[in-house]
Amino acid sequence: MAMGLFVAQLLTGLANAAALFLVASGLSLIFGVTRIVNFAHGSLYMIGAYVGVTLMNVLPGHFGFWGSIVLAGLITGLIGVVIEMCVLRPVYKAPELFQLVATFGVILVIQDLALMIWGAEDKLGPRAPGLKSVVRILGEPVPQYDLALIAITPFILFALWWLITKTRVGILVRAATQDREMVGALGVNQAWLFTGVFFLGSALAGLGGAIQLPKGGADLLMDLNIISAVFVVVVIGGMGSITGAFLASVLISVLNVFGVTYLPQSTLVLMYVVMAVVLLVRPYGLFGREEKAGEHGQVGEPDRPIRPFGKMGMALTSLLLLGLALVPFLGSSFAQVLIVDILIFCLFAASLQFILSTGGLVSFGHALFYGGGAYAAALLMSYADTPMEVAFILAPISAGLLALVVGWFCIRLSGVYFAMLTLAFSQLGWSLVFQWNEVTGGDDGLVNIWPSAWLSDTTTYYYFALVFVTAGILFLRHVIHAPFGYALRAARDSARQAEATGIDVRKVQWMSFALAGAIAGLAGALFVFSKGSIFPNELQISKSFDALIVVFLGGVKTLSGGIVGATFLEGAKDWLIRLEYWRLVLGLVIIFVVIIAPDGIVGTLRRLGERLGLRRQEEFMR
Amino acid sequence: MLEVSALNSFYGKAHILNDLSFKVERGEVVALLGRNGAGKTTTMKSLMQLVRPRSGQVIFDGTRITGLPAHKAARLGLGYVPEERRIFSDLTILENLEVGRQRPREGAPAWTLEALFELFPNLWERRNNRGKAMSGGEQQMLTIARTLMGNPKLLLLDEPSEGIAPVIVEQMARTIVRLKNEGLTVIISEQNLHFARMVADRAVIIEGGEKKFDGSFSELEKHPEIRDAYLSV
Ligand SMILES: Nc1ncnc2c1ncn2[C@@H]1O[C@H](COP(=O)(O)OP(=O)(O)OP(=O)(O)O)[C@@H](O)[C@H]1O
Ligand SMILES: [Mg+2]
Repeated sequence: MAMGLFVAQLLTGLANAAALFLVASGLSLIFGVTRIVNFAHGSLYMIGAYVGVTLMNVLPGHFGFWGSIVLAGLITGLIGVVIEMCVLRPVYKAPELFQLVATFGVILVIQDLALMIWGAEDKLGPRAPGLKSVVRILGEPVPQYDLALIAITPFILFALWWLITKTRVGILVRAATQDREMVGALGVNQAWLFTGVFFLGSALAGLGGAIQLPKGGADLLMDLNIISAVFVVVVIGGMGSITGAFLASVLISVLNVFGVTYLPQSTLVLMYVVMAVVLLVRPYGLFGREEKAGEHGQVGEPDRPIRPFGKMGMALTSLLLLGLALVPFLGSSFAQVLIVDILIFCLFAASLQFILSTGGLVSFGHALFYGGGAYAAALLMSYADTPMEVAFILAPISAGLLALVVGWFCIRLSGVYFAMLTLAFSQLGWSLVFQWNEVTGGDDGLVNIWPSAWLSDTTTYYYFALVFVTAGILFLRHVIHAPFGYALRAARDSARQAEATGIDVRKVQWMSFALAGAIAGLAGALFVFSKGSIFPNELQISKSFDALIVVFLGGVKTLSGGIVGATFLEGAKDWLIRLEYWRLVLGLVIIFVVIIAPDGIVGTLRRLGERLGLRRQEEFMR
Repeated sequence: MLEVSALNSFYGKAHILNDLSFKVERGEVVALLGRNGAGKTTTMKSLMQLVRPRSGQVIFDGTRITGLPAHKAARLGLGYVPEERRIFSDLTILENLEVGRQRPREGAPAWTLEALFELFPNLWERRNNRGKAMSGGEQQMLTIARTLMGNPKLLLLDEPSEGIAPVIVEQMARTIVRLKNEGLTVIISEQNLHFARMVADRAVIIEGGEKKFDGSFSELEKHPEIRDAYLSV
C-alpha cells in the first residue's frame, strides 16, 4: 500500500477523533462525578451543531467562525445546566434505571424541539474561513481543516488536564468522583459541583458538535449516531478518565477510517469487537478503576412479599383471557393484527421486566435476544429449509444460547458496567446483521418468512400468538414463584448472604439471563411469523430502549408492569404518531413519570387502590 | 457549643438512636463510649447530618442544624473525621488537604498547611504521594489534618485509635490534647476506655442507641458495674 494513502488516512482518523473526544470526555466527566450515564449527551452534541451553524450564518469572518464554536459550546453548557436542574436533580437519589429513563425522555424532547426550531432538512456546515483547501502530503490531499483539528485537540486535552489536575475545581471533581458524600461533609456544596460539572461536560459536547460542522454539518440523526460511538469510547477508555477518552477516541476513529478502506463490510462490527475485547481483559476499561459500588440490586423500593393469585386476581385474569379469546368473533382482522403486535410486545417486555426486577440485572441490550430469536427463525427458514414449526421452536432456544454466551461475559460486571456491556453486545449483534449482507440481507432484511399453511389465517395466528404469549408470561410468573425465583431474588438483594446459604449467585443470574433471552426470542419468533419479514432495526438500541421505557412506564416492580406498559404504549402509539410532535409528548410523559410517579402505572394504581382500601386489587396487580 | 436533644435516627426501619440527648461545652473533650454496634458512628453521622435524624434536634453554636445538608453543617464549623477515614486515594496528600480547605472562622483555631505539617510531620515527607500507599496511622493523621483544613470549631473524631499501631496511638493522644489546648472542642468516639481517659474530660456511654451514663471519669471509676455492663474491657 502507498505510504501517502496510509498517512492521509491516519490524519483523517486523528481529525475525526477531535469531535469524538470532546463529546466523550464530557460524558466521562459527568459520569465520574454524578454517576449518571447521560444518554442525552448525544443530544447536546446535536444542539451544539445546530446552534453553531445558526451562529456561523450570522457572524462573519474568522472571528465569526471560531467565535460561533465557542459560543455554541457555552450555550450548550447552559442548556445542560437547565437539564441538570430540572430533570436530574430530582432523581439523583433514585435508582440508576430511573435516571437513565429520564435521560431517554430528554433525548425525545430535544429531538422534537430541534425539529421545531431548525426544521427537518439537514444543515450544511460552512467551511472554515482560510482553511477551505487541501494540502498535499506525500501526494495525497488532506483538508486543511483536518490539520487544524489535529492541532487543536492536544490543546483541549491539555486544557482539560490542567483543569482537572491543577485547579481547586479539578481537585474537588476528582475527590467527588471517588466519594462525593465525604466531599460534602468537608463543606463543599455538591449540588453546585454537579451543576458545574454538567455545564462543563455539556459545553464540551456542544463544542464537539460545532467543531465538526465543516466536516459533517447538522442533522436530526446525529444525536443517536454519535451516542453509541461515544459509549464505546468511554467504556474502552474507562468511565471518568479523560486520558482514556482521548486514547479511545483516537483508536476508534483511526480504526473506523482504516476499516472503511480495508474491511468496508465490518466497520461497525470492528468497533464493538474492540470494545468487547478490551472489556474482557479490563472490565473497567483501559483507565477506569474497579467499582465497588453499583452492585446489581433492587430497582426502587423493596419488593413486597410475593403471593399467589387471589381469587379476584384469578377471576380478572380469566376474564381478560376470555375477552381476548372472543376478539376474533367481535373485532376486525385489523384489530387482531394490532392485538398480536401488542401481545408480542407484552411478552418481550415481560421477559425484560423479569431480568430487571427479579434478577436485578439492568440490561440495555435486550432487543438482541428478541431480534436474535427472530433472525434465527428467519435464517433457518431461508437457508436450511427448516419447517416453520421447527424453526419456531429453535428460535427461543437459539436466543437462549446466545444469551448464555453473552451472559457469561456480562454477569461478571455489575451496575452501569453491566448495562454498558449488554448494550455493546447488542450493538455488536445489530452491526453484524446490518453489515453481513450476503447472509442477513443487511438493511433489506429477510423476507417471505411466513408460517405454515395451517397457521396462515389471521385468526388462527391470533390464537397461536395468544396461547404462546400467555404460556410464556405464566411460565415467567411460575419461575418467579419457584425456588429458582427466590434464589434469584436472594442473589439480587445480598450476593454475600445468598452465597453463604449455598446459592451460586453467578450461576443463578446467568441462568435467569439466558431464560429471559429465550423468552424474548420466543417473542421475536412470534413477531417474524406474524410479519413475514425481519429487518435489523428489530435489534437496534431503540428497540431495547422501547422495552425499558415500557417496563418503566408500566411499573418496574411487577410482571404486570411490563404488560400494562406495553399495552399502553402500543395502544397509544397509534394515535401518538399522528401528532406532529409525538416525541415531545412522550418524552415529557416519561420525565414526568420518573419525577412524579416513579412506581409506574401499576405501582401508582396499586398505591391508590391501597389508599382507597382496596386490598384485594393488589393481588391482581402482581 | 453543642446541644443534642431527643435524637432518633433510623436506617430504613431499624431504629438506631433512641431519644439521645447530651451537651458539650466549648473547649471540652467528650468521649462517646460504647461497644461495637452501640450507635457511636450513627451518632456522629447524625450530628454531621450525613444521617438524617427522624426527630429531635441538634443545636450547634446557637444554630439549629438538624435537617441542613452536610455541607452547611460543615460550613458552620462542624468537622467530621470518619471512622473509615475515607481518604481520596487517587489524590495526593496535598490535594486531599485542599479538598478540606475552608476560610478561617471566628472562634476557631485557624490552620495553615505549615501548622498542620508541624503537627503531623510524617505527612510533610509524603505530601506529593497518593493516598493509596499509606499506613493506617498516616491515613488517620491525614483525615484529621484534612478536616482541620476547614478550621472547625467542633471536631467529631470517630474511633481515631482503631487499627493503628500502639506507638502511634500515643502520638494521637498527644495530638488530641494539643488540639484541645488550641481551643478546639472535640467529641471522640471510642471503645478503648484507656485511650479515652488519656484525652477526654468527660464520658458519655451509649448502648443500643440509648444514653447509659454521662459524667466524669472519676465518677465512672466509682461505678465499675456500668463499665462492665456497657464497655468491653
Ligand atoms: N447502613 C446501615 N444500615 C443498617 N444498619 C446499620 C447501618 N450502619 C449501622 N447499622 C447498625 O446500626 C447499629 C449501630 O451502628 P454504629 O455503626 O453506629 O455502631 P458503632 O457504635 O459505631 O459500632 P463500631 O464500634 O463497630 O463502630 C448497629 O447495630 C449496626 O448494625
Ligand atoms: Mg462506629
